[in-house]
Amino acid sequence: MTSEELDAILARSPYVARLGAKASLHGDELTLVLPFRDDHIGNPMLPAIHGGVLGAVMEIAATAQLFVQLGLKRFPRPIDVSVDYLRSAKPRDLFARAIIARKGRRVANVRVEAWQETRDELTATLHGHFLIAREDRS
Amino acid sequence: MSDDDLQKKLDEIRDLVVDFSPHAAALGMRVQRFEPGFCIIEVPYDPTLVGDPDTGVFHGGVASALLDHASGMAAASGMNAEASPATLDLRINYFRAAKPGEALVAEARCLKTTRHVAFVTAIAHDGDPDDPVATAQSSFMIPANAPTTPEHDKPEGGSQ
Repeated sequence: MTSEELDAILARSPYVARLGAKASLHGDELTLVLPFRDDHIGNPMLPAIHGGVLGAVMEIAATAQLFVQLGLKRFPRPIDVSVDYLRSAKPRDLFARAIIARKGRRVANVRVEAWQETRDELTATLHGHFLIAREDRS
Repeated sequence: MSDDDLQKKLDEIRDLVVDFSPHAAALGMRVQRFEPGFCIIEVPYDPTLVGDPDTGVFHGGVASALLDHASGMAAASGMNAEASPATLDLRINYFRAAKPGEALVAEARCLKTTRHVAFVTAIAHDGDPDDPVATAQSSFMIPANAPTTPEHDKPEGGSQ
């Protein structure tokens, strides 16, 4: 799979297309990139990117990783997500990488890290469960 | 500050809850209620906010932004709206898919404020609060320079 092919899959989601998130795929190593835009700002006084945008980017990174690694046909559905906010996200590009910690038949456990300047100083982390098999219910 | 005074202050800044925040405004958030320690915000259904094109259901990022925003405002109004609290963590459990075409509504309640932290619980629903789409638990850091600790949480005669 190429970055372009993955972007085409992700962009089927109107929200992902609207947010402007892009995949950067090298072999099986995937970084999700969110080019900064003014409407990502949550608090203009700091200024800082909205916590919901951070959650969204990390959820999209998890989804993209599941598409790449598991060859899903449909979008995985979140069961639960837990986000830790480690530092305020500055008005600049945001990056996220996901690891599938455990893949079961129906559920995958995914961990995601998001950063800006350097990966040594994470902006936020997410861990969550996603439903990956949905043939029995739609 | 009395509850009446605080409510008056919240009424004055109510429009800012969304207008102040470019991302909240971009998602089309609307404040329904803004009271001491309590906030209801909705996002009207919008096809450009759909996550899964096969189902027409809102993306998790919308729920995440809405629950974070409503919870943050419940935390702020729970600490006399003196400062803007920073999210420490937010956990969301998704009970079911939201109904396509319906607004997503978040109801957030601040359970407790201490000198440093506010604890908030929230639900998201698509019309019936008794049948939630998601629940969320979050905690917020109260800025170190916040001028006052809410009266009802001041420990008697000691530091906390």
